[in-house]
Amino acid sequence: MSLSPKAHLHPATLSKPQEEATRVGYGRGLLEAGRRDERVVALSADLTDSTKTSLFAEAYPERFVQVGVAEQNMVTVASGMAAYGKIPFVTSYAMFSPGRNWEQIRTTICYNDVPVKIVGSHAGVSVGPDGATHQAIEDIAIMRVLPNMTVIYPCDANEAERATLAAAKLPTPAYLRLAREKTPVFTTKKTPFKIGRAEVFFASKGKPVVAILATGPLVYEALTAAITLEQAGIPVRVLNVHTIKPLDEAAISKAAKDAGAIVTAEEHQLAGGFGSAVAEVLARRAPTPVEMVGIHDRFGESGSPDALLKKFHLTAPAIAQAARRVIKRKK
Amino acid sequence: MLSDKVVKNIEGKANDIRISIIEMLVAAGSGHTAGPLGMADIFATLYFNILRHNPKKPNWPERDRLFLSNGHICPVLYATMAHAGYFPKKELLTLRQLGSRLQGHPHRTSLSGLESTSGPLGSGLSEAAGYAYAARIDKKKFRVYCLTSDGEHDEGNTWEAILFAGKYRLSNLTMILDRNNIQIDGNTENVMPLEPLRDKYEAFNWHVIEISGHDVRELYAAIEEAKAVVEKPTAIIAHTIPGKGIPEIEFDYRWHGRPPSAEDAKRFLKILNAKK
Repeated sequence: MSLSPKAHLHPATLSKPQEEATRVGYGRGLLEAGRRDERVVALSADLTDSTKTSLFAEAYPERFVQVGVAEQNMVTVASGMAAYGKIPFVTSYAMFSPGRNWEQIRTTICYNDVPVKIVGSHAGVSVGPDGATHQAIEDIAIMRVLPNMTVIYPCDANEAERATLAAAKLPTPAYLRLAREKTPVFTTKKTPFKIGRAEVFFASKGKPVVAILATGPLVYEALTAAITLEQAGIPVRVLNVHTIKPLDEAAISKAAKDAGAIVTAEEHQLAGGFGSAVAEVLARRAPTPVEMVGIHDRFGESGSPDALLKKFHLTAPAIAQAARRVIKRKK
Repeated sequence: MLSDKVVKNIEGKANDIRISIIEMLVAAGSGHTAGPLGMADIFATLYFNILRHNPKKPNWPERDRLFLSNGHICPVLYATMAHAGYFPKKELLTLRQLGSRLQGHPHRTSLSGLESTSGPLGSGLSEAAGYAYAARIDKKKFRVYCLTSDGEHDEGNTWEAILFAGKYRLSNLTMILDRNNIQIDGNTENVMPLEPLRDKYEAFNWHVIEISGHDVRELYAAIEEAKAVVEKPTAIIAHTIPGKGIPEIEFDYRWHGRPPSAEDAKRFLKILNAKK
């Protein structure tokens, strides 16, 4: 297998990595961000424990603000706190924030240009039994369309921790997309992480015939798919694209030019999501056949996370199939 | 207690501000007339007597903060700021034009001296409350004022803010509500009844004072009272007359969102100039 040595992934990456939810990594990151910078404050809309904001709330009660089930108020209060000079993290489920309070985020955070960090946990269908009402699969689209907004979707709990610390330092608004379910932890402290830069995680020897661009925990599925493809004699490259805005256009164009075929993978609607963002770049800079793995214009439903990911074709086999399809489309 | 001389000076400023509002709106060809005219006395009193601020140093850290939640009445804010010396008065005529710092609704980063970006209703009180909360963490002495409209009390976000400020006893926050009883589609009590507004605020743990929004002394006294209330935020319900100063448009909701024509303006300015 051809894990990129520069990615410094965990030795157990493709055997039996430990699992932890990205929201847990965020909770640790927020605690550390609070320790490093007194300006960091956290707001919660009655979901303190399940978003793991509780770690911060216990350590810094004087900097924790409980706003109740009121997501519009949460982001507008945070806007005022940020205008004053604080660095607010507002935390809820992605369906409610940024799902319910989009206009307030647009006007009082992005247009007002204040550094509020919106943390949307429980994104994607892998939320599971709670069903479609609680499965945010549109949030990337509605956040990446906003000027001044940075959109980050960490691939594992480690990366979520580092993304949180990096977001705290950004002088601009940011959206951090997190998952409820435990997923493999395969990056390490040495894995490069810089907001706005995509990283090659897997590179077969020689020229790739397909490049998989994945975001969020599906990066792990993309790696698994890459092993299968490589074993079948198909050289492949995998990029972890944790920052969806600003997108690493140079890395994406390079991958397209090198491989001549692209697969995107995300746990989100295809319309307006990560795949769409990649297609926008490729249409301008490197027109290339693209197959997108994601959700096809429908809502989620109740079920176990694993069963839902299978049903919605958000798995390594689905990504490998998409790769075979796109290779056939090459001229 | 304010002296007659001080009151007279503020009233004169309010009249000058009304003149500027009419001139700006005619030049812009669009914008809101009734609300800005109705709030001119309150803005004049705030900027020429109450607020601790320095127009030459708009970012002075100890300044009092003023949040305008109902951003559509910004002609009165811009006119007052110009008369107070934040920027040249002739710039008022650029309102709503391409490249102007005076955007159709206030944009904080476009113009020094603005504390917030507003327009979509119902958000400003939360922003002001967040600001007041943050300032209290750092034990700051300045006060936070928020101007809201009655119409935006239809918004859930406003009531979330009222709950929040009541819970956290934000006594450094004073809200002044422009109770002019009109909104775009008609009288507030027909569109969506708000009364009993005073009782509602009191039930949400606010201190409430009702005043005439056209009486400088009443506003001054209410602000002083608010400073002395240390356990609650204060709501000053200011009863105002939309279109105040131009008898032919006073109380008429149709003037909420429309500018005067050139001919209207001639008549309106004649009335206002006669008061100078």
